[in-house]
Amino acid sequence: MNNPAEAFVARVGGKALAFLEELGSLTWLAGNTAAEIGDRVAERRPPFRLADFFFQTARVGVGSLPMVILLSVFVGLTMALLTGYQLQKFGVTTLVPPVVGIAFTREMGPLFTGIVLASRIGAAFTAELGAMIAGGEVDALEAMGIGPLRYLVTPRWLAIFCMTPCLAVLSTLSGICGGAFISDLMLQLGYSFFFDQVMLNLMVKDILAGVFKSFVFGALIGLISCYKGLGVKGGAVGVGVATTSSVVTAVSSVIAFDSVINIFLVLLFP
Amino acid sequence: MKNRAFLEINGLKLKYGDKAVLDGVTLKIEPREVLVVMGLSGGGKTTLLNLLLRLMEPTSGTIMFRGEELLSLERRELNRARTRIGMVFQNAALISSMTVAENLALPLRELSDKTPKEIDKAIDEKLELVDLKDAREKLPGELSGGMKKRVGLARALMLDPELVLFDEPSAGLDPIATERIDDLILELKEEHNVTSIVVTHEMESAFAVASRMAFLDKGKIIFDGTPDEIKGTDNKVIQKFLAPYLAHERTGELHHANS
Ligand SMILES: Nc1ncnc2c1ncn2[C@@H]1O[C@H](COP(=O)(O)OP(=O)(O)OP(=O)(O)O)[C@@H](O)[C@H]1O
Ligand SMILES: [Mg+2]
Repeated sequence: MNNPAEAFVARVGGKALAFLEELGSLTWLAGNTAAEIGDRVAERRPPFRLADFFFQTARVGVGSLPMVILLSVFVGLTMALLTGYQLQKFGVTTLVPPVVGIAFTREMGPLFTGIVLASRIGAAFTAELGAMIAGGEVDALEAMGIGPLRYLVTPRWLAIFCMTPCLAVLSTLSGICGGAFISDLMLQLGYSFFFDQVMLNLMVKDILAGVFKSFVFGALIGLISCYKGLGVKGGAVGVGVATTSSVVTAVSSVIAFDSVINIFLVLLFP
Repeated sequence: MKNRAFLEINGLKLKYGDKAVLDGVTLKIEPREVLVVMGLSGGGKTTLLNLLLRLMEPTSGTIMFRGEELLSLERRELNRARTRIGMVFQNAALISSMTVAENLALPLRELSDKTPKEIDKAIDEKLELVDLKDAREKLPGELSGGMKKRVGLARALMLDPELVLFDEPSAGLDPIATERIDDLILELKEEHNVTSIVVTHEMESAFAVASRMAFLDKGKIIFDGTPDEIKGTDNKVIQKFLAPYLAHERTGELHHANS
C-alpha cells in the first residue's frame, strides 16, 4: 500500500468484508437454529423446555425491572424539567406532558430498555454461552445429539424477544410518571392535568411504533449476544473479548436500528 | 449389510491451517471390540474421536458407522446416529450450571420418551455403576476431577449407546477407580454388547481391556493389531512407549515365579 488513499480504501473494504462476514454468520446462526427447531417439531418433541424459557424470562424481565424503572423515572424527570424551563420562557409549559409522553412512548422507553438489556442481559448471555463453548459443554450437547443451538439459543432469544416490549411499556410509564412528578413540583402542572394531556395527545401509532421497535431491539440483542457467545475462541480471554464485543455491537445496533426505523416510520406514517 | 464392519474409518485427514493433525487414518472396528488407541500427547487422538461424532469436519476421508456414511448424513440423521454413540470427554464437559442428576437426565429428557420416574431410576443405576451415588445433587464445580470424569462416563451411558468413545477415562483416577472403569468397559462389552474405543496412556488398563490396539503417530496409524502382537513390535516409538509397562510386567512375573 504505497499511497494513503489506496490504503484507506483497502481498510474500509476490509472492514466492510468483515462486517458482511459477521452478517453471514449471524444469518447462519438464525437459520440453523430454526432448522434445529424444525427437526424437533418434525419429531414431535418440544424444541425447548418451558421451564428454561420461564427461567430466562424471569431473569430478563423481572431481573431488569428495577434498573429500567429507576433509569426511566430519572430520565423522564430530567426531560420534563429541562423542556419545562425552556418552554416557560414562551409561557407554554402545558406542552411538557405531550412532549414527555410522546418522546417516551415512541423513543425513550424502547431505546433505554434496549440499552439496559443489551448491557445487562446481552453480556450475561454472551458470557455464559462463551464459557460453555470454552468448557466443551456445547460440544458435549452436540455429541449427545441434542441440537445445542435450539437448546441454548431458543429459550434465551424468545425470552428477550418477549420481555423487551413489556419492559419498554413499563419504562414508558415510569418515564411519564417521573415527568408528572417534577411538573407538579416545579412547573405548577397538576398530576391529573399532566396525565390527561398525555392521553389526549398520544396516538395509537405512537404506541405501536414503540412496541414494534422494542420487538426489533429484543430480537437483535438476543441474536447478537447468543452469536457472540457461541463464537468464542480461546478460553477465558476469549469470553472477555466476546462479551465486550457483544455489548458494543448490541448497543450500536439498537441505536442504529432505532434511527432507521424512526426515519421509515416518519416517512410512512407522517 | 450384515458383513460390513461396525465402524470403518477410511483415509481420514484433518488439517489445522497447514498442519496435518490426522494424515490418512484407516481403522476397522468389529462389533463388541475394545480398541485401545495410543499415541503421544498432541498426536490427534482426541481429534479422531471428535471426528467420529462429527464435532468437526475432516478435510477428507470417510466414516462408515453401521453401514451409514456419517460424513454425508443430514443433521437429523446425524443427531440420531449420535445418540447411539456415547462419548466420555477428556475434560468431562459436564454442563456446569446443572447438578449431576440434571446432567444425567438431560439426554433422556431431551431424546427419549421416558417418564421422570424412569429417568430417575436410570440416573441411580448409572451413578451406581460409577460409584457416585452420593454426588447426585452436587454441581460439577463441587466435584473432583476424577469424580467429574466418572459422571461424564455415566452420562455417556445414559442412552445405552452401541459405541462408546473413551477419551482417557482413567487419567487422574486412583488405581482402584481405574480398575473399576476397566471392569466397566469389559462389562459393557460382555453384557451389553457395547463396542468401545478407548484412548489411554495407562498401559495397565490398556492391556486389561484391549481386544485390539492401535498406535497413532504423526497423524497415521503405525500399528494395528492384538495386544500380544504389540508387545513384539519392532517399532522404536512403540517400544519406548511400552518399555516401562513391559519391564514392570516382567518383574511382576518374577515375583510370581519366586512365591
Ligand atoms: N482448535 C485447534 N486449533 C489448532 N490446532 C489444534 C486445535 N485443537 C487441537 N489442535 C492440535 O491438534 C493436535 C492434536 O490434538 P489432540 O487434542 O487431538 O491430541 P491428543 O492426541 O488428544 O493429545 P493428548 O493425549 O494430550 O490428549 C495438537 O497438536 C494440537 O496442537
Ligand atoms: Mg486428547
